[in-house]
Amino acid sequence: MLLFSVLSGIIVACLVPFLFKFGRKPASIIISMVPLSLFLYYLFNFGITDNLGYSESIEFFPALGVNLNFVMDSYALIFALIITGIGTAVFFYSSYYLAEHPYLDRFYIYISIFMASMLGIVTSDNMVIMFIFWELTSISSFLLIGFKHREEKSRYSAWQALLVTGSGALALLAGILLLYVITGKMNFSEINAMPGIIQSSTLFLPAMFLVLGGAFTKSAQMPFHFWLPNAMEAPTPVSAYLHSATMVKAGIYLMARINPAFQGAIEWETTLTIFGGITMLFAAYMALKQTDLKRILAYTTLSVLGTLTLLIGIGTPLAMQAMLVYLIAHALYKGTLFLVAGAIDHGTGTRNIDEIGGLRKFMPITAVAATLAAFSMAGVLPLFGFIGKELLYEAALQPNLFGYTTFAIVFLAALFGVVAAGMSAIFPFFGQAKYPNSKPHEASFTMYSGYVITAFLGLLFGLLPMIVSDNVAKAVSDIYYNLPVAVSSSMYLALWHGFNLVLFLSLATLALGIVILMFRKKLFAIIRKINLPEYLLPSKGYDMSISILIASARLTTKVLQNGYLRNYITLILITLLILTSYSLFTFSDLSVISLYHPVTIYEIIIAAIITISTILVVKSSGRLQAVAALGVVGIFVAVVFSIYGAPDLAMTQYSIETLTVILFVLVIYKLPKFMHYSKFSHRMQDFFLASAVGLTMTILILMVTANEMPTEFKEYYGKTSYLLGKGRNIVNVILVDYRALDTLGEIVVLSLAALGVFALLKLKKDDRGFE
Amino acid sequence: MTTFDIELLVLLPILLPLSFAILMLFAWKNLQFQRIINVVAGSTGFIVAIILFSTIYVNGIQVVAIGGWKVPFGIVLVADNFSAIMILMSGLMGFAVAFYSIVTVDTANEQHFYYPLLQILLMGVNGAFLTGDMFNLYVWFEVMLISSFVLLALGGKQEQLEGAVKYVTLNLVSSMIFLSAVGILYGMTGTLNMADLAVKVKLVENQGLVTVVAMMFLVSFGIKSAVFPLFSWLPASYHTPPVAVSALFAGLLTKVGVYTMYRVFTLIFDINNEFIGTVILIIAGFTMVTGVLGAAAQNDFRRILSFHIVSQVGYMVMALGLMTAFSFAAGIFYIVYHIVTKTNLFFISGIVERIKGTYNLDTLGGLFKKYPSVSLLFLISAFTLSGIPPFAGFWAKFTVALAGFRIEQYLIVGVSLFVGLLTLYSMTKIWNYAFWQDEKQESEVEREFYKISINRKYLLYSPSIFMTVVILLLSFFAGSAFDFAVLTGEQLANPQYYINAVLGVR
Repeated sequence: MLLFSVLSGIIVACLVPFLFKFGRKPASIIISMVPLSLFLYYLFNFGITDNLGYSESIEFFPALGVNLNFVMDSYALIFALIITGIGTAVFFYSSYYLAEHPYLDRFYIYISIFMASMLGIVTSDNMVIMFIFWELTSISSFLLIGFKHREEKSRYSAWQALLVTGSGALALLAGILLLYVITGKMNFSEINAMPGIIQSSTLFLPAMFLVLGGAFTKSAQMPFHFWLPNAMEAPTPVSAYLHSATMVKAGIYLMARINPAFQGAIEWETTLTIFGGITMLFAAYMALKQTDLKRILAYTTLSVLGTLTLLIGIGTPLAMQAMLVYLIAHALYKGTLFLVAGAIDHGTGTRNIDEIGGLRKFMPITAVAATLAAFSMAGVLPLFGFIGKELLYEAALQPNLFGYTTFAIVFLAALFGVVAAGMSAIFPFFGQAKYPNSKPHEASFTMYSGYVITAFLGLLFGLLPMIVSDNVAKAVSDIYYNLPVAVSSSMYLALWHGFNLVLFLSLATLALGIVILMFRKKLFAIIRKINLPEYLLPSKGYDMSISILIASARLTTKVLQNGYLRNYITLILITLLILTSYSLFTFSDLSVISLYHPVTIYEIIIAAIITISTILVVKSSGRLQAVAALGVVGIFVAVVFSIYGAPDLAMTQYSIETLTVILFVLVIYKLPKFMHYSKFSHRMQDFFLASAVGLTMTILILMVTANEMPTEFKEYYGKTSYLLGKGRNIVNVILVDYRALDTLGEIVVLSLAALGVFALLKLKKDDRGFE
Repeated sequence: MTTFDIELLVLLPILLPLSFAILMLFAWKNLQFQRIINVVAGSTGFIVAIILFSTIYVNGIQVVAIGGWKVPFGIVLVADNFSAIMILMSGLMGFAVAFYSIVTVDTANEQHFYYPLLQILLMGVNGAFLTGDMFNLYVWFEVMLISSFVLLALGGKQEQLEGAVKYVTLNLVSSMIFLSAVGILYGMTGTLNMADLAVKVKLVENQGLVTVVAMMFLVSFGIKSAVFPLFSWLPASYHTPPVAVSALFAGLLTKVGVYTMYRVFTLIFDINNEFIGTVILIIAGFTMVTGVLGAAAQNDFRRILSFHIVSQVGYMVMALGLMTAFSFAAGIFYIVYHIVTKTNLFFISGIVERIKGTYNLDTLGGLFKKYPSVSLLFLISAFTLSGIPPFAGFWAKFTVALAGFRIEQYLIVGVSLFVGLLTLYSMTKIWNYAFWQDEKQESEVEREFYKISINRKYLLYSPSIFMTVVILLLSFFAGSAFDFAVLTGEQLANPQYYINAVLGVR
């Protein structure tokens, strides 16, 4: 059942084309019921009944122990509910937002597959199966970012996102494999039970960094973050769903999921804290530079992703709790804000914050939702975001590797967050009415119902934190190695903690934020003017690596695939020479060659003639001479055969040589004048190469003859040729009987050569001329 | 089945294509007859391959001594698991290409022995997969070479001839090296039978010389399977002939080289010889990288695909170079998935060319808008080739990488993963240009394409749909397929099975 629920999105994706036969509207509504029913299923079957730790297993790839193990624990449940909950809002929203789009059906196919893959990531216990879903989210993200694929920019962004997350995924794959090599296990549940073995392994650091490579690219940590703002090319519901609420959290999910295995290692904590902290601060600052609503939201999302990473890096139970609360709060308010941004875009035709203001009069319901979400984002009492911020501060104030620096960063980022909340969700709705074109209109019910609910959930969870408190505490024990029961049971969430330092800091953040917002005009003018040098922007790095790739590709191809047959042959012979002579001189004993063979006068004469003729072939200036000289070489090779007892072979060779020369002469007669194509240097090069190859072959043959193994063939053929093969001439019997299959093959070759010549000449004549 | 039946069955993959080719030659003016016979030949070949495969699966290694001569004095055909898999793949290819040729090969080629040549090519390929004799292998190489040369050159365009000349020259160099190596090996051991060689090579006093011969085989088969730096003939020629021929060559022909490499380096030469393993791994690494870089430099659908063959061969050779039973299994799985996927990609490139009249990415465009089903076919194969899960290519890369990690060959695994990323780059590049980007203007060819009857369109698409189904089956039953690959890998890593089967006969 769990398996079915996870994969239902893929099943629906296959049905989409059929559903759309019944009309676009009904089809979109039916499809949108899927996340809703999944949400209810997870809520009632796991959330309320506490039926957790539930698992299913199906054999899939037995040779490696890769099985479809699906587990639903408290930690997975949080994600499953976010995925299907925000999913429901997004699915319904899109049915209206993209109602006119010709590819609405394709959109639902991609996004359904995406939802299924995301559910797969969070419920798979097997790391490889998780990885499969991980890649599927990248693919669906690729297709969704490129949804407006007729625009160059969309294609570029989609490609960039795919390549960046794809390269991370390869790192992750290697990491998973290394963990498998270390432990022999492929399931998170098993890996997480053996931190000692893993952390004492020499492969621990490579494995850890590789896993992080996957998580950091997916969750857009610096310096891999640049694909995320670019991914805003996707339709807004996609940005809300993939690039804010769910997919970009897959990296966070993974880091926390695997935390028990790496927990306590100083490298793990340091890396996460540093990368998280930098991302958090840098992105929060970058958010202030933007004017596009979606880009502001994208950068604040980045900042939150940094925060979550940092919290995992701090690694205390409290930090884990803060991480989970912050994650839920963020999913709710950021999902809302993205959908609101889409509604504004839909209603006014722009997303530029400088062009809009006072929209509350035209979009009152949206304004309420936006305000609630903005308050949650800014951490205003009594919203859920406030609880999140309290916990964040508390966790950052705990003793950690970087002392108060951590807190300073967190505080600054949170302050910028307050400002960004004001920019993106308060000012568009309040103040003087401002809009570029026609009068703005409120979103339709199908659109706003989703984000109104998510906005109010932020309020509800803030007022009644006990709804989630219990599950969060359990989830902490899922991602923390050996969490003492006492700690787990003492974890509860409350809106009010009394007057303490953290509350004061929270209020101070808000107050400072409001002050900044009051002077925003001047401040933004300054911030927007400061441009980071281009080479510091990692997006440049991406473009540069692509150009380097293409340049090196062109270079390699130019060198290796230069189009000259002569060079190709040279390359082959050099390779042959290197490999054979290296192994010859390294592994064999050259002294077995005896240089004192008895030599007869005939042999010397034959050798001399062959050598002279060969030189003639090479030196001759006319074709006829060359062919004649070549013929002499052939004839004298045949003479060698006849001296060494192979008269059959010699006869064959005589006739072939004669025939070849005659044929050559016939052809040459028709050819144009002989030309010299090769330079002297080329010829010298060829000369040395040819001599070296020849020499190596000679040495080889001398060595073989030095210790030849006696063959049983001669004796067997001698005995059976007449008795069984019914022939007195052994060579004949070999050809037609012992090795008849060879002869069959050669007959085929000859007939085919004839056919080929005929076909090539004929077809040539038929259509005449070159292209 | 009686012994005789099984013996006949082992022979059929060689005899059937030959008989059909001769039959077609009798009616070489009648194209319709040839097309039908070719489809019949493709289908029977496929069925025979399936039966042979299941027979081997049930009954184990089968050996046929041609002419009934005592082993090792005659020629033997040997069908072990690996041969059976390869025969199955060749049957599958023959089947799909038979249909695909009907729509994509033009009449002029058909009139000039296209179909008989195709069958003879299959005969040569099957012969190479089945033979248990070194010299006989040389003969099958010749059969393949001559038929593939004519197929390449048929049509006589300048580009084709240029490619074909390079193809044939470099392959002749390979044959020459191969023949010298066989000669030297015969001089050392006095035998040509592979199983017998496997036994006798170990008895050779001068083992250093054996290594030298191994290097000669490596170069010779390396040329045939297009590894670095010997691959130049492939990108020079594969994009020139009719696309059905390209597909067949891409899927099957280079794999013959890889097959023989696996055969020789597991059976005859010692898999524990570290020097051979290391050399193969180095070659594999460079092959993967240069191949994928070559592809990245191209801007033509079919040329990108051609260069990628080189890169992918690198993975197969890498699996061989790791020299463990598991790595062989991974390599075999890789070979199988790659045959199907690469063929399908060439099929699709042919469909695209049929629609748009070009392979050039700059002028292509708008396919995703107008032809969603073709796009889907491409996307599945492209992601499969890039090793994206859940498709078969992922399991292939995954198992090869694992095989490397298991014996601590981290560097080569790193290279292989990185190359996977670049493969993704090239595949999505095709997607971005040919499918996503808007077309500049509708070509004359495309307006012609609209007029083609719906039946012919189905005939054009169906081989690709069929191959896609095979890819999906291979993806979702990867576990079971890999189990068989593991058995095969065990068989290769323990040559004693093969040797006993051959030398124990009669």
